[in-house]
Parts: sequence; structure tokens; C-alpha cells
Amino acid sequence: MDLSGNRFAGYAALAVLAAGLIAVPALDLPAFYVAFLFVLYYWVALATSWAILSGFAGYWSFGHAAFFGTGVYASATFAAKLGVPFLLTIPIAALLAAGLGAGVGFVVFRLQRLRGELFALMTISVTFVLATVVSNTPIDGGLGVYLISVQVPEVFGSSTGTFYLLGLFFAALSIWTAWKISRSKLGLGLFAIHDDEDVAEVKGVPTFRYKIWAFAISSGIAGAVGSVYAIYVSYVTVGDTFDVTVIMYPVVMTIFGGSRHWLGPAFGAVIIEAALYTAAAGPEASIGRAIVALGLILTVLLLPSGVMPSIVRLWRSIFPPRKVTYRATAPAASATASAADGAVLTIDGVKKSFGGVQALKGVSLEVRRGEILGLVGPNGSGKSTLINMITGHYPLDSGTIMFDGVPIHELPAHDIAALGIARSYQIPRPFDRLTVRANVALSGMFGAGKLDDEASVYGQAQHWMEFCGIANRADDFPPQLNLHERKFLELARALAARPRVLCLDEVLSGLNHTEVDAALDLIRRIRDNGTSIVFVEHLMRAVVALSDRVAVLNEGELIAVGTPEETMRDPHVVRVYLGDAHAA
Amino acid sequence: MPGLNLVEQSLITGFLAGSLYGLLALGLSLSWGLLKLVNIGHFAMALLSAYLTWYFGTELGIPAWWAGAIIVPVFFVYGVALHWVFVKFRVSEMASMLITFALAIIVESFIQTIWTADFRRYSTPLADQSFMLGGLYVPKLNLLACLVAALLAVGTWGWLKFTYAGKALRACAEDAPIASAYGIDHKSLTYLLSGICAAYAGVAGVFIALIGTLAPNEIWTWIGVVFAVVIIGRLGNPVGALLGGILIGVCEALTQSAVNPAWAPLVSFSVLILLLLVKPKWI
Repeated sequence: MDLSGNRFAGYAALAVLAAGLIAVPALDLPAFYVAFLFVLYYWVALATSWAILSGFAGYWSFGHAAFFGTGVYASATFAAKLGVPFLLTIPIAALLAAGLGAGVGFVVFRLQRLRGELFALMTISVTFVLATVVSNTPIDGGLGVYLISVQVPEVFGSSTGTFYLLGLFFAALSIWTAWKISRSKLGLGLFAIHDDEDVAEVKGVPTFRYKIWAFAISSGIAGAVGSVYAIYVSYVTVGDTFDVTVIMYPVVMTIFGGSRHWLGPAFGAVIIEAALYTAAAGPEASIGRAIVALGLILTVLLLPSGVMPSIVRLWRSIFPPRKVTYRATAPAASATASAADGAVLTIDGVKKSFGGVQALKGVSLEVRRGEILGLVGPNGSGKSTLINMITGHYPLDSGTIMFDGVPIHELPAHDIAALGIARSYQIPRPFDRLTVRANVALSGMFGAGKLDDEASVYGQAQHWMEFCGIANRADDFPPQLNLHERKFLELARALAARPRVLCLDEVLSGLNHTEVDAALDLIRRIRDNGTSIVFVEHLMRAVVALSDRVAVLNEGELIAVGTPEETMRDPHVVRVYLGDAHAA
Repeated sequence: MPGLNLVEQSLITGFLAGSLYGLLALGLSLSWGLLKLVNIGHFAMALLSAYLTWYFGTELGIPAWWAGAIIVPVFFVYGVALHWVFVKFRVSEMASMLITFALAIIVESFIQTIWTADFRRYSTPLADQSFMLGGLYVPKLNLLACLVAALLAVGTWGWLKFTYAGKALRACAEDAPIASAYGIDHKSLTYLLSGICAAYAGVAGVFIALIGTLAPNEIWTWIGVVFAVVIIGRLGNPVGALLGGILIGVCEALTQSAVNPAWAPLVSFSVLILLLLVKPKWI
């Protein structure tokens, strides 16, 4: 506990900073400084809120002006026209903006392809469509709205003080929200979505819901900021509200600062706002905007991760982080380990075609409790497609898949993962910007284990990393690992999900002789823990050594099922593998 | 029956205006579909071309066709250069949007600084000429724009469908590593296509100058409309882009005559939302 002093010092520094900032309006500084700080807070809040979806999950919104504008006109309508007290319009504005964000998300996030691009373009469209609606309806009418008449409560003897504190409050709120999210399950899910959304879904992250939540929070904060801003400027127009500047600045600030760090956008906002302020004396607005746009291009090309990673490195060299050691906690034995025999997974008449290619032509197969089922067949026979069907990666054309009596073929992939089916990928697909530890922990949180306290998440992650022999790489990032280690990472995160059925897609390919033996031993131990295994493999030595039963697929059809010896002697199978001449 | 006549007239107007959307959508659809780059700057370049055409015509006395002959090759070179930057810095699909968005802002403020935010109108002798077709009024310039759009769309479609370069480009869009394993020189073809897309922005700009009213913020008005057109016409499909443009143009014209001209920008957006909700697999 010797380092708790350090932590205490941190809190104390934060408290002093907060008190100092809160006291600024009482200092009787020239109005100019207070106004400058208000504008700074305004950008900090907009940029940070933008990053909650766009920075963390990588869905770049070009429509922050739409949500900001929703807030502006919510205040203009409710406070100036309907006489609702100003402070009450802020939550109204936030809710309306969040609702709009969730609506846009609902339309775009369901798409299978081009989600990111369509999301970006849709958010631009929403901005200008909203501008059209506002200027052609009594909301604005094209002339702008005056909010002078709105009563503003006074703090420190002036309404300036009130605006200052509101600005400070929303800047702090957005940073706090971003910080909270970046450390939460939601945040981990968003980071995973950024790296590989399809894999995130299969690992159990409810991607659709998470994106909508993140976007609603992000839009809601922008709406609240817009609402405060409207009263602050006291005259709002469509042209100034739904402006490309409001779209671009948060993007530039976030990317410059570092979009995956909770403090990155705020840092970027401070630097860019200060730079603009020093330069603003000269050129007119449109040129200033062009210069910021040029800055955006240079940042994207030359510094795509922003400056925050360097700052974090510097910070850690000055204040080394507390060394955390994780003690492995073995998970409780699987409840189904000793359950009776019978089918755990029943696949019945599953068909799937891709365009004109029939990948599966009506496959029926059952996986029995506690068995290792080898799934073999030539390339293109449909093995991987079958795994993709079981885990819900693709919808099937017809047929049913029952998991412990529950139909799962219509469930989204994350629900299937939560029920207890996990898979590994033939070509490892880790989340590249999460550490090995976080990769494994994510499966624990979102998989069938449904762990929610930090101690057991990281304790079990440690256990599975040790089980798979990669604990020494826990704090490295997947691209630093060699193929062998990446394969075992795949296995570790599949296991951390605590599946009852584990689908292994060619885990052995590319491994050398000793590594294969180690892997076979590992797979047997997994089964001994009560997990049923579907094991796709080309390496016949491994299939025969491991499998209780073998199923052979050829051209999308199941041609044989039985013990390894039976199936290997089956004339059909021999014909498929060796040609007619060898068939008995 | 004046009512019916009004409807027929808006069909014609919408058809012709829509083909201009198609012309604008052409370059965007090709670069998005085949190069995987979403070029928001396409609209800004089209507007820049329009301003240049107008400037050449009114200030320097260079007729629009000659202006086009200057602008289009220059834009081609710009397209190649832009792609060089994208290749050099390995710009991702999403990053390409950020960069071209920033380019659009730079071009907008360039236009605003040089030519101010005032509306500009290029009046040429041809501008007001039209002929009557069965009691309906057909402006000649719009018809010409429509023909050029059709020519480019069908020509590009044929090029992609029947020539080696076109097939190679489609193969690369499908799976670049496999295509290059078959010996397709991917890089130089993508430069060519990027140049062509920018040149199409140049062509569209010439007609925009001749037909429309120019203002710097037109860029943003177009984005919503043309992006809907590109999706409706399917990515990388030139004829689809033209047909999508015509569909949106007709819907807008009908809305304008039936409801209120001010609501036209909502049309394409609503059509797109409907498409995404009802047929998400269209994408």
C-alpha cells in the first residue's frame, strides 16, 4: 500500500484543479478570459462526446452538428418560445439529441456491409436535412431565433458566471463519462468493435446495442452543450448552427489528441483552441477553417493515433504505474461436466448458399455431450461454413440448430456466445489494439461465464493464459506475438468464454511437431473439463488420435459419421480423399 | 388538363435534373465501389470546376467547351495525384473520408475567398433555349447534360464490362491479392480510375455552371442527395448511378410541384432511409 500516497496526491491535485477552475468567475478577471475558457470547455465537451462512439468504436460521425443543433433549437423552442425554465431545457435537449442519435444508429448499424462508411455519410445527410427542416418550419423559419428574453440564473453575480460553470460542468461531465466508459465493459466492447466488429459479436459483444448506446450518449452530451450554447449566444441561426465547423473541429481535435484515449479529445481541444486563438487575430473565418482542415489532413496522414500515446508513455516514465500482479483463479467446474449423455448440439438439415454456390446442402449432425467430434473433409467442403452457422456468424437459409434444446439458429451471434458456444479462428483474429490479457478477459466478460467483477475476470484470464502457456505475453499486443503464440491466444480466449461447445477451426495448422503434441494434450484437458469439442482439422494423425467420432463433409454434404476407424475405412470417404482407384 | 401537364412537365424536368445527379454520382460510385475510397471531396471538385467554367466564361471570355477542355485534363492529373497520396500513406477507407472531407472544406473556403459567398449565374446564349415536345418544355442544355451523362455512364459500364482494364479493376475490387497473383497490374489501373473519377467531377462541373446557380455551400447540399443516388444505384455501377440519379430527380421534381420546393432535400434522404430499412441487403 506504499503507493496509495501517490494516488492520494493525484486526487488532491484534481480537487485543487477543480476548485481553482470553479473559482475563476469569482476572481473578477476581464470578461474576455472567462469567455475564452467557456469556448474552450465547449470544444472539450463536443470533442470528448464525439469520441465516445467515433473514437472508441471507430465509427466516424460527420454529424455532430446535427445533435448539437438539436440541442440549440430545443432550447430556442422550449426556453424562448414556450417559456420553459432554461435549466430544464438542458435535459430535454439532451434527450431529444440522444433519441435522434439512437434513431440514426438504428437504421445504419443493422447493415452487414459498409456500416462505417454509410454511418459517416448518413450523419452528414442528417445534419443538412435537419437544417432544411428547421429553416422551413416555425422552429426557425429561416430568420433565426432570439433567446434574449430567456431568464438565466446568476452565479457569482452575473450570468457569465453561470455559463462558465455550465461549460465547465459539461466539459468535466463528458471527460468523466469518457473515462468511465473506457474502463467499463461497454468501453471494452467498443474498442473490440473498432478492431474487428464481426469477431467482437461472435465473442459475445452485443455490437448493435453497444453502438446505439454509445451514439446516444455521445449525441446526448452534444445536445446538452448545444442547449447551453444557444442561451449563451442568445441569437441562433440555421447557418451558424448546422455548420461544417461544428462537424470538423471535434474530429480534428479528437484525432490530433488521440481518439482511443479518454483524455485525447480534451487534450486536442486545448492545443487546437489555443493555437487558433493565437492565430485568430489574422485571417478571416473561412481561411482559418481551411487551415484547420489542412491540419486534419496532415494529422490523419502523419499522426493517425494522435499525440496521446506519446504523452501516456512520457507520463509512465515519470510516474511508473503500480505493478499489478494477477493471481490465477481457476474457474468453478462446469455444471454440465457430469451431466448425462446425449446430444448437446443438434444440427438438422442446415442449408446455406453464397450466391450460386451451395456451401451446405442440408447437413444434419449431432454433437454429444463431452465428446470430441472431428470434422474433416477436403477444402471447400463446408467445414468452416458449418462452424460459422453454429456460432451465428452467418444466417442459415434453412434448417435448425438446437443447443441443449434451445433453437439458436435465429439468434444473433452474441447471444449464442453467451449461451455457451465459442470458437477459435483458423487464421487468428485477435483484437490487435487490446493487450493479450484484455483479449482473454473480454471473452470472460462477454462469454458464457458472464463474469462481471474485475477480480474474477482478470483472475480467470490469468488462469487461461497460464493454461495455454502465454501468460508471459499477457501485457503485449497480439501483433508482437508469433504464429504459435497467436494460435494459443485464440485458444485461451475461446476457453475464457467457458463454453459448453468449443469449435476449433484448424488450430494445429502451421504448428511444428512438438507444438502439435502440446496442443493435442491441451485439447484433451479441455474435454476433461466437460466441454464438447468440434474439431476441424486436416492433420489426420491428430484427428485419429483425438476424436471420439469423425464426421466427413464433402461438397456441402455429410458423407460419413462414426468412430475414426470406421469412417477412415468407409468407401465414400476413401473415394473422396484418394480417388476411385483406391475405393474398395 | 393543366394538372396532368404539370405532372408531365415535372417528370421531364426531374428526369433531366436527375441525370445531372447521376453525372455527379458517377465518379463517386466508381471510386467507392472499385477503389474503396469514399471521396467526399468529389462534390467540392465538381463545384470548383463549375466556378472555373463560370470564371473562364465571364472574366476571360473562354467558352464553356474550351474551359471544359482545360479543366478536365487538369482534374485528371489531380485525381492521379490524390490517389498517389492515398497509396503512399496507405490510407484506409475511413481515413479517406476524413481527408477528402477536409479537402472539401479547403476547396469551399478557397472558392469563398476568391469569389465570395454571393450567388453566381453563368448566362450563355444557350442557357435559355429550349424546344417544345408534345406541349412540354425541354431545355436544350439540360438535355445535352443528360446525353453526356448517359454517354459517360454507358461508356464506363462498357469499359468495365468488356475491356481488360475494366475487368481487371473489378477483379481487384473483389479481391486485390488474388487479382495481383494473376498478374494484374493493380496500381497503375487504380491511378487511371482515380484520374477518371476526378475528370468526371470536372465534366459535371461544366454542366453545373451552365445550368445551375453557384454558391460555395452547394457542396454540402449535394452530399446527401448524391450519396443516396450512389447507394440506390449500387456501388461501382455507372448505369445504376445514372438511373438512381434520375429516380431521385423525378421524385424531387414531383415533390416540388406537389408540396413545396423547400422540402426537396428531404426526398433523397427519405428514399434512402426507406431503402435501408426495407431492403438492407441492397447495400
